[in-house]
Amino acid sequence: MGAVELRGFGWRHAGRLAWAVRGLDLRIERGERVLLLGPSGAGKSTLLAALAGLLAEDSGEQEGTVEIDGLDPRKDRERVGIVFQDPETQLVMSRCGDDVAFGLENRGVPATEIWPRVDEALRRVGFPYHRDRPTAALSGGEQQRLALAGALALRPELLLLDEPTANLDPAGAALVREAVARSVDADTTLILVEHRVAEALPLVDRVVVLAPGGGVRADGTPEAVFGAHGDALAAEGVWVPGRPVPPRRGTAPAGDVLLTADRLGLPPRLAAVDLTVRAGEALAVLGPNGAGKSTLALLLGGLLKPGTGRVAASTELAGADARTAPHRWRAPALTRRIGSVFQDPEHQFVTGTVFDELALGPRRTGRTEPEVRATVDGLLERLRLTRLARANPYTLSGGEARRLSVATALATAPRLLICDEPTFGQDRRTWRELVDLLAELRDAGHGLVTVTHDTEFVDALADRRVLLDRPTAQVPS
Amino acid sequence: MNDHTGTNRWRTIDIVVASVLAVAFGVIFWAWGLLWTATEGAFAFFPPAQAVLYGIWLLPGVLGGLVIRKPGAAFYCEFLAAFISVLLGSQWGTVAILQGAFQGVGAELAFAAFRYRSFRLPVALLSGALAGLAAAIFDQGRYYAALDLWSARVPIFVITVLSATVIAGAGAWYLTRALARTGVLDRFPAGRERIPV
Amino acid sequence: MIGLVEPVARPDAPLARRNPVAKLAAALVFSVILIVTLDPVAPAIAIAVELAVLPLFGVHPRVLARRAWPLLLAGAGILVTLVLFAADRSGRMLFEAGPVVVTSGVLVTALGLVLRVFAVALPGVIVFATTDPTDLADALVQNAKAPARFAIGALAAFRLVPLLGQEWQMITLARRARGVDAGRDPVARLRLFASTGFALLVGAIRRGTRLAVAMDARGFDAGTPRTVARRQHFGVADALLIAGATALASAAVATSVLLGTFRPLIS
Ligand SMILES: Nc1ncnc2c1ncn2[C@@H]1O[C@H](COP(=O)(O)OP(=O)(O)OP(=O)(O)O)[C@@H](O)[C@H]1O
Ligand SMILES: Nc1ncnc2c1ncn2[C@@H]1O[C@H](COP(=O)(O)OP(=O)(O)OP(=O)(O)O)[C@@H](O)[C@H]1O
Ligand SMILES: [Mg+2]
Ligand SMILES: [Mg+2]
Repeated sequence: MGAVELRGFGWRHAGRLAWAVRGLDLRIERGERVLLLGPSGAGKSTLLAALAGLLAEDSGEQEGTVEIDGLDPRKDRERVGIVFQDPETQLVMSRCGDDVAFGLENRGVPATEIWPRVDEALRRVGFPYHRDRPTAALSGGEQQRLALAGALALRPELLLLDEPTANLDPAGAALVREAVARSVDADTTLILVEHRVAEALPLVDRVVVLAPGGGVRADGTPEAVFGAHGDALAAEGVWVPGRPVPPRRGTAPAGDVLLTADRLGLPPRLAAVDLTVRAGEALAVLGPNGAGKSTLALLLGGLLKPGTGRVAASTELAGADARTAPHRWRAPALTRRIGSVFQDPEHQFVTGTVFDELALGPRRTGRTEPEVRATVDGLLERLRLTRLARANPYTLSGGEARRLSVATALATAPRLLICDEPTFGQDRRTWRELVDLLAELRDAGHGLVTVTHDTEFVDALADRRVLLDRPTAQVPS
Repeated sequence: MNDHTGTNRWRTIDIVVASVLAVAFGVIFWAWGLLWTATEGAFAFFPPAQAVLYGIWLLPGVLGGLVIRKPGAAFYCEFLAAFISVLLGSQWGTVAILQGAFQGVGAELAFAAFRYRSFRLPVALLSGALAGLAAAIFDQGRYYAALDLWSARVPIFVITVLSATVIAGAGAWYLTRALARTGVLDRFPAGRERIPV
Repeated sequence: MIGLVEPVARPDAPLARRNPVAKLAAALVFSVILIVTLDPVAPAIAIAVELAVLPLFGVHPRVLARRAWPLLLAGAGILVTLVLFAADRSGRMLFEAGPVVVTSGVLVTALGLVLRVFAVALPGVIVFATTDPTDLADALVQNAKAPARFAIGALAAFRLVPLLGQEWQMITLARRARGVDAGRDPVARLRLFASTGFALLVGAIRRGTRLAVAMDARGFDAGTPRTVARRQHFGVADALLIAGATALASAAVATSVLLGTFRPLIS
């Protein structure tokens, strides 16, 4: 039970010419724990959706077969549990207990058995609250654990996890990994997608690497795969453990002050902070989930009105406008000086194609069409988005969407760039390209503020760190 | 444009997206209120002017019918949008739920008349007009009973129906086309007419 | 917006505990009966009744006032409209200036309609202030035979209300960050509103699609008969609530008939 068999499997999303996955032959036995790797856009999420029977026939074109215990997963979803990358879209009910019970009700589990099974699943993932708690009152990490409980309560024979710790702080990510390790039975098959291999390795006994063009690039125990192909895989974008990335420290000392925050806060989302941002310097903002980092980024970006304290731009950044606070500037003036990259890339898209999305900023700042083309093509090339230039931004894979949203801000090269989690969901190669682009901007004398949970990123690039703590006023009710 | 998804049975995605459309309109109406409190007030004081924008409240029904293309979709979206607006801003009273149902039936009749096979502009216009008619009849009893027939009730009636035809009917049709272009309707027949990239 | 979605009453109050379907039906019956008359007496009695049962629902008058104040605007609107367009201008002439003709008859009609607005709206305010949406959906399925797939689909979508409210805010901020704003120009503001609304709609449909996938992944609509984890009971007390609402509203109308003030909606 829980055995997976793929024969010549391929899938092409409706509206795309290229296949998301193709020519895949793979067998996974019951009880195996598999780490599924591959560069961003290689089709990992697509493959998990196929295994969960969630690729509707009318949403694309299939080749070959997928079978779980010899059955089409679309016909027989009972055996599979899946946790997606974004927890918010997979919670269905407004109270935590009801959400876990939802799947059990659908499966027709007798009413008397439902609540004991809900409680057991919540206990297994170490969920800290009563089941009456509203799902809206959970942090990202807690939502992720609840989603895991919802999948586990169904006692799946095959458990699929798609980057379950993206966007979690290191402690929260460790908790989710621990919950997975604790709650998966010996005869449950596990397939895990995770770019950061080192953290995921303790959970798995087999590694499968997808090749970008289709098929399987490498397959075997972690030792065998990384021993035999370690260097090649690292060059192709896999985060092979034990191969550190070269740092990109600043070459020149920091320059003039661009922006100062003075007792800046927005209760209850953010407690007061002081900081300065300088030209030619990369500042990293760290802190647990819910500490108010994204709120701080929006405040510094001139997008929210401060609740307490103030943000002041220097004349170096804003000239005569330095007398007014950034949140009062008109939008075009703001964009020329301060660029913002939002935590959720999809919040940021305003046009219908990847190309237009990148061209929007440069066109608005009055550059000629050939210049715009050159900028856009250069960014597309470096971030491996060229073949997606005509695609709709909302149909991109998780990592592709993230790169596009960072690139939109890079395209206008504002004097100060504020990025919220710019590197999540990236393979090693696109990650390095992003870090290089940001480092080049910094070295050219621009200021850089990044909110991040990515310790590698901080080690490689940050010149200075600011640590936020959770506002003390926040007591869980 | 007259294909429809094989069966008349609603898939999960039909149910959820129809519901989400209704909810999203609830939120848009709420934001509209925030932005235009001043004009809202002015309109509330003068019903014939209010009738000019009446079609906006009927958009969810026609749009639901055009996007989902299943029997009952127009009714369900309009009814649920009304239900949600009562839940969110309950000052309208539970009677608004009946009002929504009434308008929904109007919007639905147009699609039913074409046996759920045509979703072209004329059908959308008819749907908007019928929804407006239902709304106008309901409101005559509910709100305008004490007004003068020729100087108020008749103009309000006519303007309401016209507004519904233009804003809800034509508006929903253009909106459907614009939505299809973004790719979000890929899993619906309304979104099947795109060129692959 | 979150505050709007949550019930704000003491959940242990005797009538707040009644079955949600019963409460909804009672509010609906009560309101519909009151619509039939245009006189001020019946709605005035009804408002007295509504205020009298308020403690039984555990709703604080302050909550009611906060949710009902927009009705004042509607009331003022009715007054102005009637002064301009009233059909019945009988009674003593009080004031005249061009098309503005105010008679005592106009004022009585206006009073009746304003009171009616409050009398018809308050039951809904009281019921929804004391009802959890999840319980309402459960009761609609279990006690009112509403189709389960639709009730649960609607409930799942309803959970997105506060999220979409936040999304509205984020879209607005994102546009500003990308250099798009409208300043004070009303046409540009309208255009920006339309484009933000469109973006919200696109985002909502996308969320809906993903939500549907997540629900399918957990066996929604897989053909297996559903069980229910939360039981809703519809008992004698619930039937009595509906009967009571019917009786009270009818009594209000009957009083008005006996006093000779009754004015039917369709005459
Ligand atoms: N709904 C969709 N419509 C069209 N194309 C899609 C859709 N979802 C994914 N794709 C495309 O299919 C390819 C594979 O996407 P998928 O999400 O499976 O990649 P992935 O391996 O999970 O990448 P990442 O690591 O960045 O999440 C990508 O090129 C993506 O743009
Ligand atoms: N629009 C909003 N309205 C009200 N509260 C909010 C809003 N956005 C965030 N919050 C709350 O404010 C607090 C700080 O949120 P913020 O998103 O800034 O945290 P963060 O440090 O970025 O967390 P993460 O690491 O999870 O991204 C959280 O408790 C959050 O629930
Ligand atoms: Mg993915
Ligand atoms: Mg954040």
